[in-house]
Amino acid sequence: MKVLVGVKRVVDFNTRIQVKSDGSGVQTDGVKFSMNPFDEIAVEEAIRLKEAGLATEVIAVSIGGDKNQDTLRSALAMGADSALLVKTDDEIQPLMAAKILKNLVEQQQPKLVLLGKQAIDDDANQTPQMLAGLLGWPQATFASKLEIDGDTAAVTREVDAGLETLSVDLPAVVSSDLRLNEPRYIKLPDIMKAKRKPLEVIDLADLNIAASASIATLKTSAPPQRQAGIKVESSEALVAELKARNLV
Amino acid sequence: MEANNNHQNISQATTDEIERDEMAFDYLIVGAGPAGLATAIRLKQKNADLTVCVIEKASQPGMHSLAGAVIETAALDELFSDWRQTPPDVWVPVTKDEFSLLSASSKTPLPLPPQQRNHDNVITSLGALVAWLVEKAEALGVEVYAGFPAQQALLDEGRVVGVRTGDMGLDKQGSPKDSFQPGMDLKAKVTVLAEGCRGSVSKQLIKHFSLDKNSQPQTYGIGIKELWQLPPGRVTPGLVQHSIGWPLDTATYGGSFLYHLENDQVAVGFVVGLDYQDPRFSPFEAFQQFKHHPTVKPVLEGGEIVSSGARALVEGGWQSLPTMDAPGVMLIGDAAGTLNVPKIKGVHTALWSGIYAADHLVEQADSAGWDQAFRQSPVAKELYQVRNIRPGFQYGLWRGLLNAAWQTLTRGLVPGVMKHHEDHSALKRLSEMTQRDRQWVERDLPPRDRLASVYFAATEHDEDQPVHLQIADPDICTSRCAQEYGNPCTKFCPANVYEMIETEQGRQLQINAANCVHCKTCDIKDPYQIINWVPPEGGSGPNYRNL
Repeated sequence: MKVLVGVKRVVDFNTRIQVKSDGSGVQTDGVKFSMNPFDEIAVEEAIRLKEAGLATEVIAVSIGGDKNQDTLRSALAMGADSALLVKTDDEIQPLMAAKILKNLVEQQQPKLVLLGKQAIDDDANQTPQMLAGLLGWPQATFASKLEIDGDTAAVTREVDAGLETLSVDLPAVVSSDLRLNEPRYIKLPDIMKAKRKPLEVIDLADLNIAASASIATLKTSAPPQRQAGIKVESSEALVAELKARNLV
Repeated sequence: MEANNNHQNISQATTDEIERDEMAFDYLIVGAGPAGLATAIRLKQKNADLTVCVIEKASQPGMHSLAGAVIETAALDELFSDWRQTPPDVWVPVTKDEFSLLSASSKTPLPLPPQQRNHDNVITSLGALVAWLVEKAEALGVEVYAGFPAQQALLDEGRVVGVRTGDMGLDKQGSPKDSFQPGMDLKAKVTVLAEGCRGSVSKQLIKHFSLDKNSQPQTYGIGIKELWQLPPGRVTPGLVQHSIGWPLDTATYGGSFLYHLENDQVAVGFVVGLDYQDPRFSPFEAFQQFKHHPTVKPVLEGGEIVSSGARALVEGGWQSLPTMDAPGVMLIGDAAGTLNVPKIKGVHTALWSGIYAADHLVEQADSAGWDQAFRQSPVAKELYQVRNIRPGFQYGLWRGLLNAAWQTLTRGLVPGVMKHHEDHSALKRLSEMTQRDRQWVERDLPPRDRLASVYFAATEHDEDQPVHLQIADPDICTSRCAQEYGNPCTKFCPANVYEMIETEQGRQLQINAANCVHCKTCDIKDPYQIINWVPPEGGSGPNYRNL
């Protein structure tokens, strides 16, 4: 069973996000980038499937600029067998990402596509669902447990009411939630080995996918700043202040 | 989080029997800073067949790097012929220098000391410079591994044969978690320590080989820096401003910097000599006060902080350089202490020491003779010439300035080497120091406090790992130190790592290790020398943006 796993390069989760002064986006110069944490979980799951003898090959794919090669090398160092970069400097929205992934799925013929449930930069949470729709495959999103048995996958999902377990026929698209696994630490020799693993770069233009940007970003702005608090001397003063603000 | 000094020792015991992966290189460099990367680049340039590995504790190279930084660029010319077309991302040639003396309310221009003339120098960010150097190193085939701290040196029959990297995935008690990944043994013909100021492996080996027995004690400073984004039109790109005086008293060495960058950004920072005497003194507070000086506040007001951080720096100069080699190992850059204090610059001397170290290795293929080779180098001469400037300031600002002028006038030719004292022994007891009125003002510029400041350092440590600040005897903290010094760790730490809290068992030290920005001040300034800074899990620590 071949597994295709998607990885996105995003601003690291520890970074303090700063909005550009013209509101056109967030600042990225000198900022640390890393693999989207949910995608890291997806890669880890794919590698565990391979280690358990359930998957035969793990292919990591990414869409974006040349720097995405670093992110793919991390996936290779974790244990993916090969990597594919669809190179573009354009902004890629979820529908476009899903179309590109569909193209790669048709080329690579995986039996399972593992994606992070959402990327921490745009928080869209749409690509896995759209990809399943485009492919006409079953989907199981927000997976916190994944068990493969022959041609079906049992997927436990985290839903509001608790846990829901689905059985989906393969091939399928599965998106990972936070508690699916805890990604491993990358070992130094594996980083070295990853440098020699195959990483193919395809130009987006060569895939002949009609560009689709259905969303226009009007403005990016920082959350409003919290006003400084005041100190009150007594409970009466507190009540008075609350009343003055129509809060009680 | 309870202070418990035994964690690391326990982990050592339980993980000693573990079988570890091993890798061998021709040369291993600890620390991806300017010194280490210059060594690696020069080695590969001279002999492409060498295997050269650089390990770095930060999650990515440059994320722990912090400096002013106004740098001299001749060492870059030495390394690369065509680099000026594509310089590092932060790169602003200096256009003007200003040096002044501050009082609480005024600013008096002073003549510019010749060492501080920055004609031909450039304002950059050490983080951006490091990221740039790493690209060049990797293009030459250097193996750079970030997220792997050197935990300890590996010794074989008295010779350093490499280092062991830190274990990953230990819990608070030092027991392996499911994700446990033992550190590995990296071996090399020669290990080059380029850890920067107060490196943890350098510290082990300086002690082990008594490398400091013929030198003066190393002395240090703490530098705290913020990068600000300002409203349009306030900066003069290329303007370099330094000040001495307020908010420091004349017994305390230090000063400020304000470097004007492009894109309405300014780097503002403050350096304090760690030989300060007052146990109540807080370098962080002094820096924040400086920002509120009537000539500084209007520059910053209405702007916002992009990033902030702190780092100890070496100030001992020529006389504090330890012997820079021992069997199988070499010390370079600020791991040895090559910073030029009167110039307030250490990046060029770090780069040069890396270049010389590589040249030495290419010629000798061994560590032996490195100390001698460095001491005959132009950088060593540069350090020798200014050796007696910084020590003069232990007699106060005015005598220090007079002495500095004299030393500069005589170009260091007057024989003799002035002595240093260890920084931690400079601290006076509470009973010996009367509380001073420092004329400090109410602050309203961000950050509100040290916790708010740590937020801008984007520092991150998994809470479930052994505390990496080992206290040899926590009882001293609650008894002697509380009485004699009033727990100065709670004041000098710029990240609020140390807190005395009331518990049911009485007052206790709480170590907020996750806040640590890896500045190493505690390891240096603690008056009892019972704090030992060891690297936490690889990749932990600050994630500085362009500092």
